[in-house]
Amino acid sequence: MIPSIPSSRFFRRTYAAYVALFFVYLILPLAVVATFAFNDSLFPSLPWNGGTLDWFVGQKEPALGIFYDGELLESILVSFWVAVAVTILSISLATCNAFLFERHDFIGKGFLYMMMLTPLVIPGVILGVSILIFSSSIANGLEDNYDLELELLRPGLPLVILGQFAFITTIATLVISARLRRFDRSLEEAALNLGASNFAVIWTVTLPYLRPALIGAGIVSFLMSFENFNTTLMLVGSDAPLTIAMFDRLREGSTPVLNAVSVLLMVGSATLALISLFVQKPKSD
Amino acid sequence: MSQWKDSGKLGLILLVSPLALWLALFIVLPHIDMVLISLRERVAARQYAFSWGNYTEFFTEPLYWRTFLRTAVMSILATGLTLLIAFPVSFYIAKMLRGRLKAALFILCLIPFWVSELVRTYGWMILLRETGLFSSLLQWMGLVDQPVEMLYNDVAIMVGLVYTSMLFMVVPLVTTLESLDDSLIEAAYDLGGNHLEVIRDVVIPHAMPGIVSGCIVVFMLTLGNYLTPTLLGGKDSLWFTEQIYTQFITRFNWEQGSAFGMLLLVLSSVIVWCGLKLSRQSFTRVMT
Repeated sequence: MIPSIPSSRFFRRTYAAYVALFFVYLILPLAVVATFAFNDSLFPSLPWNGGTLDWFVGQKEPALGIFYDGELLESILVSFWVAVAVTILSISLATCNAFLFERHDFIGKGFLYMMMLTPLVIPGVILGVSILIFSSSIANGLEDNYDLELELLRPGLPLVILGQFAFITTIATLVISARLRRFDRSLEEAALNLGASNFAVIWTVTLPYLRPALIGAGIVSFLMSFENFNTTLMLVGSDAPLTIAMFDRLREGSTPVLNAVSVLLMVGSATLALISLFVQKPKSD
Repeated sequence: MSQWKDSGKLGLILLVSPLALWLALFIVLPHIDMVLISLRERVAARQYAFSWGNYTEFFTEPLYWRTFLRTAVMSILATGLTLLIAFPVSFYIAKMLRGRLKAALFILCLIPFWVSELVRTYGWMILLRETGLFSSLLQWMGLVDQPVEMLYNDVAIMVGLVYTSMLFMVVPLVTTLESLDDSLIEAAYDLGGNHLEVIRDVVIPHAMPGIVSGCIVVFMLTLGNYLTPTLLGGKDSLWFTEQIYTQFITRFNWEQGSAFGMLLLVLSSVIVWCGLKLSRQSFTRVMT
C-alpha cells in the first residue's frame, strides 16, 4: 500500500505496471498526432512514407503547410485576439472579485459567492445559447422599438468574447483569491503607518505580491479562451476561431496540416505552462 | 480594518457593482430569457403565445427523451470509469512516490490537458479509425485480415470522454490523498486491517471531498460535452448537446432548443445536488 507497509513483490510490480500503462494511455494520442505531422503522406495514417516538413512549410496544394494556409493562419489570429480580450476582461473583474470576497464582509456575501461559482456548473453549450438568446432579444427589442441595428449583439466575435468572459472570470477569481487569502496584512498596515495612501498601498504592496497569481490566472484564461469550443460554437459568426476552423476541417477529413497545427498548439501550450510554473514557484516568500 | 482610510460603503459598492453587472448580464438574465422563450410558441409571424408545447414535445417524441436518458446514463458511466481508473494512479502519486519523481509524474498528468480537447480527440481518431494505428497493428500481428473500424461506436465515445475527463479527477484526488497522514494507514494495518478494509475505512472516507468534487466536475463536463461524442461517435452518437445545437443552429427552432437547454441544465443541477447531499458536502467547499 504505502512504502512503509510491506507488500508482495508481485503486488508492487503490478501496481507500477498499471501506473505505467496509464501514462502510456495519457501520452499516446498526443504522440500520435505529433508524429504524423511529419509523415510524407496525404492522410494522417500509416504507412510511414518518410519524414517531411511539408505540413509546416509546403507551399502548394495538396501539400499545403500551415505557414501558407491562409484560412488557418487567419483563424489563429482571430483566436489570439479573442483570447487577449477575454484575458484582460477576466483578470480585471477577477481581481475586483478577489478583493471583494477576501477583504469585505457584507450581507449576502455567501449568496453572491455561490452565484459567482455557478458558471462552473453550467454546461458550456447552454451558457452559449443563453447568451445568444439574450443578446438577440436585446437586439430585436432595439430594432423594433428604436429602429437601431446593433451588429455587436448578433453572433460574431464580440459575443464569443463575452460568452467566454462569462465563465473564465470565475476560474481567474479562484486563482487570484487563493493567493490574496495568504497575504500577510501586517505588510499593508506597515505601509499605511508609514503614511502611504490606500491606492499607494494596493499599487506598491498588494499587487506586486499578487503578481504571480495574476500572471498565472492570465495564462490559464488565455489558454482556456484559445481552446474553448462549446461556448464559442454557439456564438460564432462568420470569422471562425481556430478550434471552429479545425473542427470543420476534421469533419471533412483533412491532410496532416491539422497535425502540424496541433504540434504548434502543443509547443505553445507547453511554453505557457512552463512560464506559469516558473512564475508561481515560490522564491523567497 | 480600522487603519484603512475611507474604507466606507463607497469602496464596497465600487467592488460589488462590476460583479453584479457581470452576473446579471451574462448569467442570470440570459437564463431567465431562456426559460421564457422555452415557454412560448409561435402562433403567427412574430406572434407568440404561452405554451408548454416544447416540453410536451420532448416527452412525446421518443428520439428526444431517449437521447436525453442515454446522455445521462453514459455520463454517469464515464464518471464512474474515470474514478476507477484515476484512483489507483492518484494514490500511487500521492502516497507511493516522493520528491522529484512525484512532482514530475503529477505534472505529466497535467500536460495533456494544456492541449486543446480538439487535438486530443483528433489523436484518438487517428488511433481508432479504419485506416488507423490500432487497425494496422492488428493486421500486422495477423489477428485480423482486413481493416477494422473502431471509431463511431459507444466504446470509442467512452474512451474519449474518460480520457478528456482524467485531469479533473486526478488533481482533486491527489490533493486530498496527499493530506492523508501515512501514520493513519500504518495504524490501521497495526490494528489488523487488511488492504481492502484499510482502503474502505480509512483511505476512501478521507478522500471523499476529492472524490465528490472530481465526480461532479467530470459529470458536468461529460454531460455538456459536444466535441468528443460528435467526432468519435459520428452521426449516430445521439448526444443531447447535439440536439440542442441542431434545434438552435440547423433548424432555427429556438423555442424547442431552449426547452432542451433547460432540461439539460435541470438534469445536471439535480445530479450535482444529489451528489452533494449524498456525501454531505457544500457546493462552495467542493468548488474551491
